[in-house]
Amino acid sequence: MNPILRLEAIRHSYGEHFTLRIPELSILPGEIFAVVGPSGAGKSTLLRILNFLEKPQQGRVYFHERAYTASNLPIALRRRMVAVFQQPLLLNASVWRNVSYGLRVRGSRNGHEAIQQALDDVRLSHLARQPVDRLSGGEAQRVSLARALVLNPEVLFLDEPTANLDPSNVRIIEEIIRKANQARGTTVVLITHNIWQARRLAHRVALLFDGEIIETADVDAFFHRPQDPRTAAFLSGDLIY
Amino acid sequence: MEIFLNGLRQALALIFSLDPNLLEIVRLSLEVSGLALVISAAMGLPAGLFLGLKHFRGKRFIVALVYTGMGLPPVVVGLTIYLLLSRQGPLGNLGWLFTPRAMIVTQSILALPLIVGFTMTSIAAIPSDLIMQLRSLGATRRQVVFTLLYEARTGVFAALVAGFGAIISEVGSVLIVGGNIEHKTRVLTTAIVLETRKGNFSLAMALGIILLAITFTANWLLLHLQGRLDPRHQ
Ligand SMILES: Nc1ncnc2c1ncn2[C@@H]1O[C@H](COP(=O)(O)OP(=O)(O)O)[C@@H](O)[C@H]1O
Ligand SMILES: [Mg+2]
Repeated sequence: MNPILRLEAIRHSYGEHFTLRIPELSILPGEIFAVVGPSGAGKSTLLRILNFLEKPQQGRVYFHERAYTASNLPIALRRRMVAVFQQPLLLNASVWRNVSYGLRVRGSRNGHEAIQQALDDVRLSHLARQPVDRLSGGEAQRVSLARALVLNPEVLFLDEPTANLDPSNVRIIEEIIRKANQARGTTVVLITHNIWQARRLAHRVALLFDGEIIETADVDAFFHRPQDPRTAAFLSGDLIY
Repeated sequence: MEIFLNGLRQALALIFSLDPNLLEIVRLSLEVSGLALVISAAMGLPAGLFLGLKHFRGKRFIVALVYTGMGLPPVVVGLTIYLLLSRQGPLGNLGWLFTPRAMIVTQSILALPLIVGFTMTSIAAIPSDLIMQLRSLGATRRQVVFTLLYEARTGVFAALVAGFGAIISEVGSVLIVGGNIEHKTRVLTTAIVLETRKGNFSLAMALGIILLAITFTANWLLLHLQGRLDPRHQ
């Protein structure tokens, strides 16, 4: 199976103390690929590079086997992927207008049903007309997720989507991610520092540590037969955060 | 007190008699300041966006200039433009001195830093990650810019209100470059100065009241527009 996204010979530094180095990484169509690792490891940087939001200083990013950069990726291809960040980053408008944003910029006029469906999925239909500044943290994050899912993306990037949320919101969000992946075949790149979440959702897991991918494996192998001692240490909680 | 009451009475009488002289003055005031606002907004909104979004060497210097410009004395601007437009000045052959065009120029200059400054501050307050989020949601660069302006709309409206309020009520620059010529460059503020000098205090007060009423109406309209953009009313 050809990878949907592939990184090749990536190097990206911030100052002297941080460098992301990824010789090769492939994301396969239809999988949920989790990236775990301590904070500061470079997970968000990796996501921005994969979503063509940041141009790596060295190396190439392939989408469907062709290399593009943040500046030359055609808008039609850009619109097949979408990211949800740790902060909901909502617009100062109603829930409905937030969820419809991506459709509006695409010039799509008849997204009414899709928006309704996305709001149902995140269980927020009753708040459609609310301004977002009245939402709780969990509700805001679900709006952010609905705003991405309504676009029916080929690839969904999630950067710690459930950090700081209570268990019931976490459960709702994980359910939605699983459903999008299973029902629509959405490829998901899930960044999380919660290894249990990776274990619940992912097909494959990678450990990012200090800018480098230490180990990539199927979820069972990753959790039961880690190859690298640092993976074992991370799983047992011995890696310092 | 009596002057004030007389002024109020006279203002009402003037308004309801639709005095053609008054209408002419009001119309010119609105045209000059309205056009100046449009011109300064057309330049100031993009400039404010740019300064609010970009980081570059020397930005602090430019921001300091903008802030200084927010307190530009109108007479100084008027004098400078007067010298540029006077017959011996470098732009003398335009023939703009003592015409509404010269007044539009000075008022545009006075409003510009206000619009740049307010726009810049409100755009800079938007979390920078939002830009990334909008790109990821599929917005083109142009769409991102419009979304940011919309997101900063409270500040952008404040910019327009502050700009309009400053120029419709200023007298120093229009007096110098316009000359307060009857039927040609007389606006509300210069008319007030003239009537005061002539000792027609209640007429001057009446004009002042009309000026305030216009500013109030303009602000009220802008606020109304802003209210319609508020998520609570969608
Ligand atoms: N835009 C940036 N400018 C400078 N340094 C950055 C920037 N983004 C991230 N970093 C640094 O790069 C390192 C990795 O950050 P990040 O990718 O956010 O890690 P993670 O998401 O795993 O916590 C950190 O040391 C962080 O301070
Ligand atoms: Mg991060």
